[in-house]
Amino acid sequence: MSQPEGKGSGALQVKFVPDEEVLKHIADDAGIKVQKDKTQLTVSLKTFVKKLENISDDEAQEILEEKNYVAALGICAQDSMGNGSGVGGGEVYSFQTPKRSSKMAELASELAQTPGQSVAPNHSECPEKTAKTPQSSSNKKKEFVSTTPYRLRKRLAAPDPYLESESEYSASCSEEEDEDDQKEVSTVLSGRKTPAKTTAASTPPPRNTLAKKIKESKMSNLVEEYFEAHSSSKVLTSDRTLQKLQKRRLTQQTLHDLLKKAPLAYAAEIKELNQQHESLFSKWMRQLHWGFNILLYGLGSKRDLLEKFRTSVLQDSVHLVVNGYFPSITVRSILNSITEEVLEHIGTFRSPLDQLEFIIKRFKEDSSLELYVLIHNLDSQMLRGERSQQILAQLSSLPSIYLIASIDHINAPLMWDQAKLSLYNWLWYETTTFSPYVEETSYENSLLVQQSGSLALSSLTHVLRSLTLNARGIFRLLAQYQLGNKDNPSYPGLSFQDFYQQCREAFLVNSDLTLRAQLTEFRDHKLIRTKRGADGVEYLLIPVDDSTLTDFLEKEDEDV
Amino acid sequence: GCFVFKPSPKKRRVSQKTANDFGEKKDDSEDTELRFLTCQSLWNEIKSETEQIQENLNKQLFDNLVSFLRRSHSEFQEKTTEWTCRMKSREIPTAALVLGVNVTDHDLTFRSLSEVLQNNISPYIALLEAKDCPGIKNLMQKLLGQLMNCDIDVDSLEDEDCVPVSQNRIRCSVTSLINWYESVTKKTDSETLRKKRTSSSKHWQSPPVVVIFKDMESFTTKVLQDFIVISSQHIHELPLVLIFGIATSPMIIHSLLPHSVSSLLCIELFQSLSSKEHLSTIIDKLLLTAQFPFKLGEKVLQILINIFLYHDFSVQNFIKGFQLCIVEHFYSQPLSVLCCQLVDAKKRVNSLSHNQCENIRRLPSFRRYVESQVSEKQIALLTRDSYLKEVIQKLLEDLHVYHENYVSVLRCLHVFTSSLPKYPLGKQIRELHCACLENRVWETEEYESSLQLARMLNKSDLVTMLQQCVEIFMSSSGKEFDKTVEKLKEFLTQFQKLEAEAFQEQDVSVSSQKELQKKTDLYHLQKTLLELKESRRSKKLTKFEMLRFEVVDYIDSLVRNYLVPADHKTLHEIAYFNTASVLREHLNAAPRIALHTALNNPYCYLKNQALKSDGGSISNKAPDICIVYKLHLECGRLINLVDWLEAFSTVVMAAEGPNADAASSDQVDDIIHARFIRAVSELELLGFIKPSKQKTDHVARLTWGAC
Repeated sequence: MSQPEGKGSGALQVKFVPDEEVLKHIADDAGIKVQKDKTQLTVSLKTFVKKLENISDDEAQEILEEKNYVAALGICAQDSMGNGSGVGGGEVYSFQTPKRSSKMAELASELAQTPGQSVAPNHSECPEKTAKTPQSSSNKKKEFVSTTPYRLRKRLAAPDPYLESESEYSASCSEEEDEDDQKEVSTVLSGRKTPAKTTAASTPPPRNTLAKKIKESKMSNLVEEYFEAHSSSKVLTSDRTLQKLQKRRLTQQTLHDLLKKAPLAYAAEIKELNQQHESLFSKWMRQLHWGFNILLYGLGSKRDLLEKFRTSVLQDSVHLVVNGYFPSITVRSILNSITEEVLEHIGTFRSPLDQLEFIIKRFKEDSSLELYVLIHNLDSQMLRGERSQQILAQLSSLPSIYLIASIDHINAPLMWDQAKLSLYNWLWYETTTFSPYVEETSYENSLLVQQSGSLALSSLTHVLRSLTLNARGIFRLLAQYQLGNKDNPSYPGLSFQDFYQQCREAFLVNSDLTLRAQLTEFRDHKLIRTKRGADGVEYLLIPVDDSTLTDFLEKEDEDV
Repeated sequence: GCFVFKPSPKKRRVSQKTANDFGEKKDDSEDTELRFLTCQSLWNEIKSETEQIQENLNKQLFDNLVSFLRRSHSEFQEKTTEWTCRMKSREIPTAALVLGVNVTDHDLTFRSLSEVLQNNISPYIALLEAKDCPGIKNLMQKLLGQLMNCDIDVDSLEDEDCVPVSQNRIRCSVTSLINWYESVTKKTDSETLRKKRTSSSKHWQSPPVVVIFKDMESFTTKVLQDFIVISSQHIHELPLVLIFGIATSPMIIHSLLPHSVSSLLCIELFQSLSSKEHLSTIIDKLLLTAQFPFKLGEKVLQILINIFLYHDFSVQNFIKGFQLCIVEHFYSQPLSVLCCQLVDAKKRVNSLSHNQCENIRRLPSFRRYVESQVSEKQIALLTRDSYLKEVIQKLLEDLHVYHENYVSVLRCLHVFTSSLPKYPLGKQIRELHCACLENRVWETEEYESSLQLARMLNKSDLVTMLQQCVEIFMSSSGKEFDKTVEKLKEFLTQFQKLEAEAFQEQDVSVSSQKELQKKTDLYHLQKTLLELKESRRSKKLTKFEMLRFEVVDYIDSLVRNYLVPADHKTLHEIAYFNTASVLREHLNAAPRIALHTALNNPYCYLKNQALKSDGGSISNKAPDICIVYKLHLECGRLINLVDWLEAFSTVVMAAEGPNADAASSDQVDDIIHARFIRAVSELELLGFIKPSKQKTDHVARLTWGAC
């Protein structure tokens, strides 16, 4: 918890304080405010219902403090072209309270309501007004009930005389507020018992005092709230699923086609950005030759930029392009392509370390060897491991290997410790391009894209075709049963005993041993998955989504 | 996923580090070639200088280590009984080398250390790193490999029967190690016998085997323990010495190894020079000298020092930053061609092209200079190249002289300020240097207060400081300091005279004190004390005080004369690198902040009026990913994809206006759906969300709060 003192000049102090003290602190604050005027009172109240408005104020404050910190570090805020360095770390890493899930809808409607111009998040707007969002209002209400009050109730339950008086006071002052606000408040908080909160969204008091006050109490609650939010296993979101939306899942192909149709927004500006970056190519080459390696970061795919760099500058030299986003890339394959194709060495190595040693030796012996290595997404799933990074770092530290790489993940710099960083010898370049990550995300199994259905289907039929008729029948039974239960979200699978009964009835097996043998075969081909339930019973599941399974059964029917 | 591209062999150009990269323009109007060469030679010079410094700094440490190693196995050499009795205790001599947290610098230290040891102690040195030794087996393999390889290097010329044994074939055990050691030492024994000990070999007959653990902390405890226990069993056959490289504190040995193991070691502690001192020496030798023409501006130096102090304590990184500065300077400043030794620079001035002359005329500092001249001169400077070149030569010389004087006076000032209480101007000379570069130091409050403090120094301090100053000025190359030295010496003699006088005065005061003691009654005592106080208040300054004031004033005048900030000097742009933002962007980048800005405020990058916004909000015409990001900020730990999608489509539909939904709404809907999918998977790639199994069609947020 921290208490910024003065006009945001002091650096934040962080210290741990027991809960009682925090409560007392809040209470003290509240008490003082009660004795003061009522605008301040509403301020303190307002903190409990976290409003976006307040938070934006806090951000302003934080930026101010950040500036001071930055100046104190001797890194003044003066900056070149619009890169993000002006923003301080506090803004990026700040703890802030989680908001209700309905906020999203609210924000959406706000953004929607005022087309073309920017929207200051103004929360005196009532939810009724926003009800024209597709989300049903009943749904929304339910969420309201289920979310915020949990925390608030808890806090209020603390024995706190000041809070008591505060709530009374605010209840009276709420009368002075206009009708609109009253209505809003009552709808938002319909599910609550405490009248104290009813004035939460009152008229905004003077801003500058507000920011400070809020900050104070906000910070004191932060840690507590973080753990509260993360300790409860209860998830407070709506239960709607995509299936109820009656929208078919898109396949990768259709997605691709659809996106092609959608025009790229701000193409002109993006092009301009890219041109700015392209003007740096010669600089990069020079710095590569001076022993530095180049690392690109920033929002947007940097693939095209690197491709352009490759085609325009590297045409006349040996270079290696590594698509890090490729799901089956390994360090081994990178090393292999260096030894086999660049060094034209035939033979295998016992371990990547041996291979690395060989490469280092060769490059040290032959000073005329030069290699440019371009790695798209150095931070990809496959390359981010400690050992891979170590090997790549050692490679890049060779004076005649020039590495230029890109990173995208927000935590990518955490991959490197000081030793690796010094091996890499990076020069960081911000190349925000805003271009869509087309290639990079195409391998990702996105939630919303139909899971590689065609592949699963073909493999299913393929495997099944090589099995006996009985085995096919067994699988069919299981599939049918699973499809029959597709509307049951908590379907655990078919228990082994039930399955055995069914198979027996269909004259497919004669003993549970034969069934077990058959199941083992299925399992080896990853056709089924077994899972032990809470009661110790074995459940069988086909790990394929329902639509694929339906397709499969239809196809089987055709064949038969 | 890997693709190798090779140019056709015809096109393949010979590897070259040409100046072509240096400037795009092929015409040589801006001396790119020359600039490149100057840059390269300067960097090489600086590099060798830093290596030299490093070597000198480590010399003491290495000497100590070498003597320790000699001592540790002297008994083994003499093969005395004492040795065997000592070895019954099975202690392995161990040197714990505390190197500090700047891990990146250690490599260099170890490399030179092994070189030194190889030359002085023993050819059998193995450098082990934790990352190569996940198990005891790998450790032994690595160890044997390194030892036997070096053995082959040593006598491959003499022995043809020594088949290079591949390390995979021999079983890697301590026994094989001992066998190897015996055979090697026997061989050298017989050799030396053959040579009848005519050649006094650098190594003794049975040199110790030195095993260096580069990063002791990162070794697995199990491996270390096993190795120590096993080798302690064989210490009487194999003179083993361990060296532990330690980054944290020597206590780590005891927390890593249990008592039973650490008691097998006979540990001696060695402390390397702290990296801060190392940095001071580097700054001293590279920046505070007139030897190198290239200088760092105030902000740049500040950033480099900050990176050092707040991030890594790594001298290597500091030098790397310095290198970047040099490269950037020579690349971006066409006039940096004159940034070389004065003699060369003067020559180069004569061959400057007209373009370059124009460049000089454009320099702000030169403009200021022109404006201060009389009008005829102004015209001449701006129109006649030859006259300009003459003036430039003079100015360059001025600049050079300024640097020479600057350094000496700075050191002199540092002598004074570094001993003041609370160090108003900083403890380190680099802080003083920064303060002087930033603005006129004598106008700052800190300087004022330090002068006041200096006026209160006692005599002995003052005298020693003056002596130091005299030494500094004597050794400096500046020509103007003869008078200064004279003046300072005069001060010194005056002080000595004072001392003599004071001696006599003391007698007087003693007698007066005796007088005082006679009067024992309180009244008189009070009276005399009051008198004394009165006299002190009104008293004129003593001779010593007068002299002290004089000295301080003199120093002050020196400072005002010579410590003018560099950017007040004409043509300082040639020698000083001032673009601090370049350094910060490339060395100390903040990728997350860039992402944050791009997502929250796309107008920073995409200069479109539609995106312009005020405050913390974004317009609904922002790129999809920004909208999706903004919406997800409103959620807690889990995000319902359906809600998210609907919120997104609301925003997007509104942005596209009412005319869109009139026509093929279904089509539009699909496209929006696709755009949403893309944006969400982009967020996943960026690490803001990940799929969650907790609830169907939900994703988990990976960041906390509204960030």
